Amino acid sequence: MKFLTEYRQPELVAQYLAEIRKTVSRPWTIMEVCGGQTHSLVKNGILNMLPPEVQMVHGPGCPVCVTPLNLIDKAVFLAQERGVILCSFGDMLRVPGSKKSLLQAKAEGADVRILYSPLEAVKLAKEHPDKEVVFFAVGFETTAPANALSVIQARQLGVDNYSILPSHVLVPPAIEAVMDDEDSHIQGFLAAGHVCTIMGTEEYYPLVERYHIPIVVTGFEPADLLQGILMTVRQLEKGEARLENQYSRVVRPEGNPEAKKIIYQAFETGDREWRGIGTIPRSGYHLRPEFHAYDANIKFDVNIEEAKESEECIAGLVLKGIKKPHQCPQFGKGCTPSTPLGAPMVSSEGACAAYYHFSQAATEMA
Amino acid sequence: MQLDCPMPELDFEIITLGHGSGGLLTNKLLESGVFSLLSNDKLDTHHDGAVLSYDGPIGFSTDSFVISPIFFPGGDIGELAVNGTVNDLAMCGAIPQHLSLGFVLEEGLSMQDFWQILVSIKGACERAGVQVVTGDTKVVEKGKGDKVFINTTGLGPIHPKADIRMSRIKPGDKVVISGNVATHGVAILSVREGLQFETDIESDTCNLNHTVRALLDEFGPAIHLMRDPTRGGVATVLNELARDTRLGVDIHQARIPLDEQVEGACEILGLDPLYVANEGIFIAIVDAGQAEAFTEKLRTLEHGSRASIIGEVVDAHPRQVVLSSNIGGKRVVNMPVGEQLPRIC
Repeated sequence: MKFLTEYRQPELVAQYLAEIRKTVSRPWTIMEVCGGQTHSLVKNGILNMLPPEVQMVHGPGCPVCVTPLNLIDKAVFLAQERGVILCSFGDMLRVPGSKKSLLQAKAEGADVRILYSPLEAVKLAKEHPDKEVVFFAVGFETTAPANALSVIQARQLGVDNYSILPSHVLVPPAIEAVMDDEDSHIQGFLAAGHVCTIMGTEEYYPLVERYHIPIVVTGFEPADLLQGILMTVRQLEKGEARLENQYSRVVRPEGNPEAKKIIYQAFETGDREWRGIGTIPRSGYHLRPEFHAYDANIKFDVNIEEAKESEECIAGLVLKGIKKPHQCPQFGKGCTPSTPLGAPMVSSEGACAAYYHFSQAATEMA
Repeated sequence: MQLDCPMPELDFEIITLGHGSGGLLTNKLLESGVFSLLSNDKLDTHHDGAVLSYDGPIGFSTDSFVISPIFFPGGDIGELAVNGTVNDLAMCGAIPQHLSLGFVLEEGLSMQDFWQILVSIKGACERAGVQVVTGDTKVVEKGKGDKVFINTTGLGPIHPKADIRMSRIKPGDKVVISGNVATHGVAILSVREGLQFETDIESDTCNLNHTVRALLDEFGPAIHLMRDPTRGGVATVLNELARDTRLGVDIHQARIPLDEQVEGACEILGLDPLYVANEGIFIAIVDAGQAEAFTEKLRTLEHGSRASIIGEVVDAHPRQVVLSSNIGGKRVVNMPVGEQLPRIC
């Protein structure tokens, strides 16, 4: 496949690995922000190819993992309402709410459907004028344009039985939250290539300056990741802190202005709660007042009890890179991919699930 | 699938509850062409069951088919129901001969659709060389089913040279796959509501019994195990094998045959092809000394042109399947938790 296979060539990968080994002289801890990067590191077996000095920490960039319990409970509540079709991206379905997951609600009779695009949900709403179609609009900046477009389109077409349950989070405030934690020991970041494709790189300069950390915008293929890691290690070894763009074949400094325009047409920035981390100021998108008719939070009277996170789950510390998943007393015991206590064990991009699979491999292959 | 058997003139267009009542309407439905389509000396007796004679060990297998949508690129539920049980029998080393055919129809199913499914069943039976010798039809109320569910059960004598047992697997055995992975699952996803995408990927559903028989003729006891990686895909079969034998399995990503379009679709949908369902391929665990010749032969047979040795059974990492990625990294391929759910980004 063009534009993919080039970045999966074993020779290229070997070159980057050799270069990383040559460059690194002492231990460094680098966080890959995005769950897609975590997934690729694990899937391609890259973590155990890196020299031991380079420690990768899986960051909070897994939208499934940071969606707060209360929002999942809300989605479950709405799915169980009479006449509601609740649509969601696939991997939200297994995430446990305080009582049940969407998958369980579906098994009990709720009409829950997996879609790839919110525009499909608008179509569904048009086809079922007697139903209320709610899209669980989860994601980082990457999925925001499509979710924004769906409400804009619904308004244009007069599809009044469509709404979204917005659960949008933003990357730069998450990096701030990680760095502001006094226990944090992250020394460099791989920023998320997809997010920057939309948003550009401007927002990251202040972070580089404020925390004096290297940030490298990085892609998702093996060669991308290793080049991104190499660029970060080179900066660290030289004591530099700059913003660099490894993913320049896709990411432009200004991002995608059209997509940004669509986001800001429908959304405004506001405070957001992150599962396991707490509320981070100005870290999420909320629908603008003119779109409140399409906000499921406002449209429906959602009356649920405020739920508390499992006290045994240390997801917040894991998401900030302060604890490794296997340092959790419940890891692999009370909490496994089939019996998850927290979201990072559910998503294939979640740090705990990734670690669960990988650490098994590490012990067996050592 | 083209309708090469025209539907007879009927005085009903849809299936109703009465068609499952056992009375006049049931008879009307069966006499409308079901019996004549699938006609053979045993079915034609119209008895409560079939009387069969077998000598020696027989393979016996059952499977139910509940696929949605019932018509999909490359096949339909009828063809799938025949191939599924035929292949399960073949995997046991049996030579499939007789099938039972049970329908659960949902009230409101169009007779046109039902006829098309029957014609597919007829075609699939002919290709596999099997007979439907007994059957059953029930109708459930609208909303209590999903158009049509089919159960098939099959029988056939065990090939004289076959000795297929999990306990015969030993370290050093090669893991052979007969063709491209993930094709069926991606073809089905491509037409599911909400996920539709432009592609000409077709399900690989087919009968594997003739191919397997030819391999058993030549390699017989060198074949230690055969499995068709349907639901749960290749990863599930290999994990079950590792768990039950308490041995490890090493596989090599670069050797796993995969159609380029299917690979692209998996990339977009965020699916791992190793976990996607297949219909027209099988995995064979073959004695190391014969594996090359086995694979060469398989490549000359029907549905085997893409056959490849993808790995081996090992002493290391017992109960685990370890994949060497294209770039030389390693990872454990786990048993899937449930249905594979597409990722967000």
